[in-house]
Amino acid sequence: MSDVVEKTLTALPSLLLSVDSQPGSAKLSTSSKLGSLIRNITELTSKHEEEKLIQRELSSIKDQVSSPNTTMRQMKELMVRAIYCEMLGYDSSFTYIHAIKLAQQGSVLEKRVGYLAVSLFLNEHHELLLLLVNTVLKDLQSTNLIEVCMALTVVSQIFPKDMIPAILPLVEEKLNHPKEIIRRKAVLALYKFHLIAPNQVQHIHNKFRKALCDKDPGVMGASLHIYLHLIQENPEGYKDLTTSFVTILKQVVGGKLPMDFNYHSVPAPWIQIQLLQILSLLGKNDPGTSEIMHEILEESLRRAEMNHNITYAILYECVKCIYTIHPKSDLLEKAAKCIGNFVLSSKINLKYLGLKALTYVVQQDPKLALQHQMTIIECLEHPDLIIKRETLEILFRITNAQNVTVIVEKMLTFLSTSEDDHTTIDLVGKVAELAKKYAPDNEWFIQTMNAVFSLGGETMQPDITNSFLKLLSEGFDSVEEDRKLKVFAVNSYVSLLEGEPEKLPQRFLQVISWVLGEFSHLQQDVGAETVVCLLDKLLHMKNSTSETKTWVLMAMTKVCEGAACAPLVQSVCETYSSSLDTVLRQRAQELQHLSRDPALRARVLPPVCTREPLEVDSSLSFLDEFVSEALAAGAAPYKPSHQRQEELAQTKAVSYEPYQLTLPISTTAHTHTPSLLSISSSLSEGSADLSHKGGSSSLKLEGVKRVWGRGGYEAAQVETPSPPQEGGDPSISHTPPLTSEDTESKQQEQQLASSMFLGLDHSSVTLMGKGDSTPSWLKRKERGQTPLNDAQTFTDPQELTDPSPLHVVSPQFPQSPVIANGTSDTEAALALACLDTNRSSTNQLEDRGLSLYLPAELSGLICSEISVLCSSESLELSACHVHKLRSLEMIVFISNSSDNAVQQIQVQLHSEQLEVSCASESQMEEVKGHSVVVRQYSLRVRKPSVHVELIGTLFHPETPQNVQFTYRLPLSSFIRPLTLSTEEYGTMWLSFSNDTKQNLTLVHSENEGPLRATLNVLTEDLHLHVVEIIGMEAIVACRLLQDQPCLMHCRVHGDALAVWLRSPVPELPDCLIYHCQRALQGH
Amino acid sequence: MIKFVLMVNRRGQTRLSRYYTPVELSRRAALEADVVRCCLSRRKEQCSFVEYKDFKLVYRQYAALFIVVGITDKENELSIFELIQNFVEVLDKYFSRVVSSCAIMFSLDRVHFILDEIVQNGLVVETNRSRILTPLNAIDKMSDS
Repeated sequence: MSDVVEKTLTALPSLLLSVDSQPGSAKLSTSSKLGSLIRNITELTSKHEEEKLIQRELSSIKDQVSSPNTTMRQMKELMVRAIYCEMLGYDSSFTYIHAIKLAQQGSVLEKRVGYLAVSLFLNEHHELLLLLVNTVLKDLQSTNLIEVCMALTVVSQIFPKDMIPAILPLVEEKLNHPKEIIRRKAVLALYKFHLIAPNQVQHIHNKFRKALCDKDPGVMGASLHIYLHLIQENPEGYKDLTTSFVTILKQVVGGKLPMDFNYHSVPAPWIQIQLLQILSLLGKNDPGTSEIMHEILEESLRRAEMNHNITYAILYECVKCIYTIHPKSDLLEKAAKCIGNFVLSSKINLKYLGLKALTYVVQQDPKLALQHQMTIIECLEHPDLIIKRETLEILFRITNAQNVTVIVEKMLTFLSTSEDDHTTIDLVGKVAELAKKYAPDNEWFIQTMNAVFSLGGETMQPDITNSFLKLLSEGFDSVEEDRKLKVFAVNSYVSLLEGEPEKLPQRFLQVISWVLGEFSHLQQDVGAETVVCLLDKLLHMKNSTSETKTWVLMAMTKVCEGAACAPLVQSVCETYSSSLDTVLRQRAQELQHLSRDPALRARVLPPVCTREPLEVDSSLSFLDEFVSEALAAGAAPYKPSHQRQEELAQTKAVSYEPYQLTLPISTTAHTHTPSLLSISSSLSEGSADLSHKGGSSSLKLEGVKRVWGRGGYEAAQVETPSPPQEGGDPSISHTPPLTSEDTESKQQEQQLASSMFLGLDHSSVTLMGKGDSTPSWLKRKERGQTPLNDAQTFTDPQELTDPSPLHVVSPQFPQSPVIANGTSDTEAALALACLDTNRSSTNQLEDRGLSLYLPAELSGLICSEISVLCSSESLELSACHVHKLRSLEMIVFISNSSDNAVQQIQVQLHSEQLEVSCASESQMEEVKGHSVVVRQYSLRVRKPSVHVELIGTLFHPETPQNVQFTYRLPLSSFIRPLTLSTEEYGTMWLSFSNDTKQNLTLVHSENEGPLRATLNVLTEDLHLHVVEIIGMEAIVACRLLQDQPCLMHCRVHGDALAVWLRSPVPELPDCLIYHCQRALQGH
Repeated sequence: MIKFVLMVNRRGQTRLSRYYTPVELSRRAALEADVVRCCLSRRKEQCSFVEYKDFKLVYRQYAALFIVVGITDKENELSIFELIQNFVEVLDKYFSRVVSSCAIMFSLDRVHFILDEIVQNGLVVETNRSRILTPLNAIDKMSDS
């Protein structure tokens, strides 16, 4: 700690606590009455005594201020006491007018106190403020600089908006004053005018520029406030100033300012911070402007190396700026390193700031979270709640479908201990958002939402319940899945009501009532009578509000059926028909009538699933006329809620209502609806519990970790990796758990880390970086919605019969593309049934020399056989695919065997599993007689499966019917080697969640050992990259185009090769293992 | 943006308060008590920034005195933390010279003058220590003569 601080620390207690030891001093005598007041108050023990004392004080002040004999000097002393009383919360408004008088009539010090009292007592709209205008006018014209200073100070603190024109010329004039302090205060006064009445200072914007270039750094610094504000509103308008700001920052950083601007030998830190804030606004989404500032940002990072808080404050701003402007890789790298220093710091304030910075940057660079995963885990258990809370914020931002369960669990644990309402509301909203976006299954979703409703209580945003009910009622496309979700919800609620419903918040009870009312009929095991009984219980609960009772009665109306319910319903009706609450009375009447007349009830309240969708005019166009009339009559135009919230937040005072914060749940989020659980998530779920799986197979997780994992959190492990085990005895390779408690907790942390940071690998980086905001549930639903068209129904007969094609080894499918001439259903089915014959015909076709037409750039690359897709009249379509390093190209040859040219030929390709993009833009082709036209398509895998398939249509103007065809290619065509170091492999391995294990047959060769021989076959056929071979184990890596990695760990085990695959893509490991099997079978 | 600056003693009694956004008088006392409770409950090794409602508190303790600054989320916490230190250093510079052993708190008006030079409308407008004191020194000189 610096000397100054220590001096202050030692000096302050004596300053603060000692009673005036020199009562004779002239200065002190003026404040001695205040002194004794403060002393007396300090000694008091109860609020009541304080109140009595202050009231006495106030009445004595009141007597004195109104006395004509009171001098200005005494008035000043009284005013300070009044300030003190008002500060403690006691109204002393009777002194307000005297404050203005004091400012008007007092000499220098009294005047200053008068102005101070005015700025403390009055708000912007106070009517007394008008009385101040003349005083300010007079002082602005004073020859005494101190008086000018005071006037400018009070003007920039508080001034009536309507009176600005009266003093504006005088203030403007002060911009040219020879004294820097006057110029500076004038700039600040103009800033205030700009804030409260921007139109009135429009004409002096060029004078702001002059202030920015002022030779005095203080004036320049004051003008930065104006620019920060202006640029926030309109960054485009001030791009030309970027160079100026950069130059200024350069000068400041370079120490060109006078020494007295230094704070602890750092040059003008607050000015630096402000300049960095301005630069980040200017450089945002603007590569050109960002370019200008790269150099100075780098210099700032370099210069700020001194170990003092204020340099860290600058560094933090610098890092934020680097991550806000258009990215530059080496700067990002340095900034990331800087964040690392913050996060790892032992100083708690720096750690906090590091976490805040991390929260800011993880959206752009989730890998950074991966780098600091162990610190994040530690911070989650930090004793300081503030640190914990900020850590949860980071986790919220890196959540994806793979780690959602772990992260939500952490958030709920925090919530259950949180006592702060504001935090609860915020976190509950976030959990609900995550649950909706990434829920892996129904059960989890309902249970998480139950927790949300229980913890959120009454303070929860109503949005959450609304969107939950909407989601539940819309449900899934699959009837079965839909029913399961609803039944699960019903079961869960029935058991909650059977438990202790008194403990549930009202909001939750309302949700429960609605769901039981709508869906309890889906659950056959629970009779209507039981439900009505449970609902009745809610009516009798003491704390049930009448709103909840209304919901309950509505639910009863929907459910009550059969004679068993009748007596109960009757008694309920009787109770509430005479209720004082009109709504309840109304509901009771409805219940009575509808329960007696089932036919009427069925008409009035049909079950939600059979209900016709309501047509809603969401644009509210029927109100147009009304709106235009209102606008014409001078009404304010409508502002969307987020805009209102923003404006509110800007003008909002320190409010005592804590519940105005906007929550992350947006109203537009209603469109996210759950959809059925896809294979992918069941796969990932199955692999979630990695450690247990390790025990069931010959491959042990611990063993693998120690051999291969070095990067990531493995770095924290002290033990050196043991040499890989030779031979394959599983019992040896399984390391017994370490006894040390410390290691155990470390292991737990590591397990937590590996589940929490799932899916933050390379591929998802690009995904998140590109702002892929569509939730996974939604995507699944879209896929499910695609109607099956004719072409799809017959593509793979085997797939139709076997729901899990991934595990089917089907030798009859050749590696080369399959032809299916799909002019009609039956024909296509036949085509598939006799693939082999078709294949032979393909080979013959090759001789036609189509390969000559291959684009020159593709020559020399691995190319499949050219096969016929279909023919129509004189046209024939053939295709092949070519392996490029970065893509898979499909080449379609359209050959015309007739003499005449055929025009307007159109080929369309589409696929569920692939993304098809065409190199040429034109859709139509003209094929001259006896010639061939080549079209080239780039293919990318959207959803991996063992074989991927394209469905194509040939539009031919001369035939009435379009010709359809399919083109099938194995997934292995999209596999490319992935070059990695062992360390990188280790890091990646731990971060991937989807895995598959299988034993493969070994290939035996005379020249090499079985492992090498097998690997040779695999790498040759599947284009894999062998990272390292150690003894009987090997690690292999590949990627699915473009950048979906898949890692493979092989180990010779007896006669077989135990293979373990991992990837961030759920389907990839299974698909790849299939191709491995096939490749080995071929040998 | 800075929302308020508070100086409070260990017993939670307000020594100085300045609000930069309007807060009703009746609510100030309760708000201050709440804020102080928030800061007092924290231990030395915990971090000096606290989330409070929808804004943040940055606090620093000097012997029996707490200085608490309420800021919006966009503000740089650490720079405010150091601003408090700068403020205290200025107070130290002024009071140790002018009135050697007088209690700062009994010069409520002068502490306000100093604060007014440093923070205006919730913005940090001057941090140069000698410049902060220029107007006050001038006033002192004039009223002395």
